[in-house]
Amino acid sequence: MKKPYFNMLVVLGLTMLLLLPVTTTWAKDLSGDLEIFSWWAGDEGPALEALITLYKARHPNVNVINATVTGGSGVNAKAVLKTRMLGGEPPDSFQVHAGQELIGTWVKADRMEDLTFLFKAQGWDKAFPEGLVKLIGTDKGIWSVPVNIHRSNVCWYVPANLKKWGVSAPKSWDDFFAIAPKLKEKGVVPLALAQNWTANHLWESVALASMGPDNWDALWAGKLAFDSPAGVQAWELFGKVLEFTNDDASSLSWQQATDMVVDGRAAFNIMGDWAAGYLSTTKKLAPGSGFNWGASPGTDGMFIFLADSFGLPKGAPQRDNAIAWLALLGSREGSDAFNPLKGSISARTDSDLSKYNDYGKSAAADFGKDRIAGSLAHGVTANEGFMNDFAAIMEMFLKTKNAQATAKATQQIAVKNGIGK
Amino acid sequence: MRDVSPDKLKAVLMLLPSIILIALFVYGFIANTFWISLTDWGGVAALAETPVKNFVGLQNYAELFTGFLGGGFRQDLVNAVYYSVMLLVGAIGLGVFIAILLDCKPKGEDIFRTIFLYPMALSFIVTGTIWRWMLAPQGGVNLLPTFVGGNPLTFRWLTSMQAIWEFNWQNLFLIALYGLAVGMILIGFGTFRKNPARAGKRWLLPGVLAGLLTWLGGDLLPQALFMEETHGFNLAALGIILATIWQYSGYTMALYLAGFTGISQDLRDAAMLDGASDIRYYRHVALPMVKPITISAVIILSHISLKMFDLIFAMTGPDNAETGHPALTMYLTTFRANDFAKGAAIAIVLFMVAATFIIPYLVSNYRQKGSR
Repeated sequence: MKKPYFNMLVVLGLTMLLLLPVTTTWAKDLSGDLEIFSWWAGDEGPALEALITLYKARHPNVNVINATVTGGSGVNAKAVLKTRMLGGEPPDSFQVHAGQELIGTWVKADRMEDLTFLFKAQGWDKAFPEGLVKLIGTDKGIWSVPVNIHRSNVCWYVPANLKKWGVSAPKSWDDFFAIAPKLKEKGVVPLALAQNWTANHLWESVALASMGPDNWDALWAGKLAFDSPAGVQAWELFGKVLEFTNDDASSLSWQQATDMVVDGRAAFNIMGDWAAGYLSTTKKLAPGSGFNWGASPGTDGMFIFLADSFGLPKGAPQRDNAIAWLALLGSREGSDAFNPLKGSISARTDSDLSKYNDYGKSAAADFGKDRIAGSLAHGVTANEGFMNDFAAIMEMFLKTKNAQATAKATQQIAVKNGIGK
Repeated sequence: MRDVSPDKLKAVLMLLPSIILIALFVYGFIANTFWISLTDWGGVAALAETPVKNFVGLQNYAELFTGFLGGGFRQDLVNAVYYSVMLLVGAIGLGVFIAILLDCKPKGEDIFRTIFLYPMALSFIVTGTIWRWMLAPQGGVNLLPTFVGGNPLTFRWLTSMQAIWEFNWQNLFLIALYGLAVGMILIGFGTFRKNPARAGKRWLLPGVLAGLLTWLGGDLLPQALFMEETHGFNLAALGIILATIWQYSGYTMALYLAGFTGISQDLRDAAMLDGASDIRYYRHVALPMVKPITISAVIILSHISLKMFDLIFAMTGPDNAETGHPALTMYLTTFRANDFAKGAAIAIVLFMVAATFIIPYLVSNYRQKGSR
């Protein structure tokens, strides 16, 4: 009579053993593949690797396939992704700029799963700032998990050079126009600019300063026309700013434009905060003393953000693995592993700031209190059709410098691409 | 039923797979692209699982050629024409020149031949990157004069905003008719010596008439666009043309050199005996003899000029209207803006332009075979 007892005990024990890990860390038994699609190679590769290492530690049985397609801001990756999706072969999760670039292309085409359940389950609706969740979602759901936050409206300069030239960092564009002629006389380019997309990048900072955040939001909600007086004024101000930029801009990369500031050939450069990583890591300058920064003129207290995010395509072959991946991305642990390496800040308001450098700390502080606006040049406020046409509009303006006609053309492409609909 | 020889049957069987594959993957897809260009596939839900495609006729083409937002495409098309013409003139001119020099058998001819041919082995991306550095505003080519004590050049090879030879797109029909008239008159003069009567009747008189009529009644022609829009040759394209000529003149050199070596030495000796100078020998004997090579060089080079995507992408990037090209716009319109229908329309326009080069060649080839 002893044997069945014993057997039962063994069976019971074994089931307990099996059940225990499942109940405590429910995802331990995930297996199979997880294919993540991104354009993070090169400088950004290590940050992605850190996330993958973390994922493997949590789910050792999952084989992570890191499918990257190189090319700045995803030029090539996006085309590859589109052919894959059209061919009915979606990756499990893919990188995409949060906001309209995702919504306009993939959500409107009904290719994404609503992630509201994940946001609720993980408590992210409280961890992320409310303004951010609004910008990455629609009234029908939340569509991606932001991994990082970059700021677009940052003005970079070298404090020692400004002292030498006897100027201080401008608070508004009027300040800038007051000091720019002085700089020009000394043979210094007041504002360094690079190729076409950096002009779009500069435009959003100038336009936000010109029209203010309320008008900016109204513009993208389709409530304010691009050829309204406020819209035309933005182009006029932009034209005035362009007079103080270098004339070889379109042959420079953004790094070369930043170099002009470092070398003392230019005074200021408006660029996203990936420049902080470039200045401190590549150029070996100390934040605060070697180089310094402020909000671009006239945008104090405003934070133009852009974010990389990952979404869940409908028909993902390994849905559970992908959800575990997204859960990691949004977690405090995940975002604090990724962002210090990437040179961005976490989208969460509770991140461990001791892991970040001086720039990151200041950006995180601003992100918590500033008015958040979406970036046009990096896909938050407008869909891909508008962005593509806007690049052509920018070329037209750079050539003609006609604010009125450009504003009209911008309104046309807004209508064509259904902005605010 | 006639007897089919087993040989013929085998041949057909052997060819069948490639015929089917080409029919499907080349002509089938051309047809599909054409069909897409007649729809409105694009906009917000373009990438849905079953995208909505409504038939809209030629609306995409109309927008490209006459629409307000098609200005970029029209400039690209003008650019493509300038690229083609300049690449043809530059690469064939330089190629012939080097071929003639090498045909005179200088010392180390084979080394030079390799050196000149080598650029062809590079991919456009590599060429583009190298030339972008060489043509940088503050370096490379612009520094050349400083080596002989001059001041550095300040020309913006790739970013100049200047344009020359501008014309108003509104007057497109007018310009096309004048071009036709001038072309006919030129052909008339060219064939005048051979057959004066025919040249006069077929080319000169209609040419002059067409020119006169256009001059008198040009105002009655419809305007191609509702607003004034000037397009011209952007000087920024010079840098790109320079790089292409650098890459392909060696190739045309090789073509011509092969042709020149194929001409028998007797002919050359005979020409020399008759008192022809070197220049006259090449002008009147050698070049006419390698005419088939000129034709194939023209066709190959004009195709290359229509496929310049990668070079321009490497040299000036995707958003540079000054140096734009329809192939680049097609890619961006399709895969960045998700406007598949319009992208397809641009592709079809490019295809038509390429066809205008290749079809006359095919026709003349058939005729030659028929007359044999």
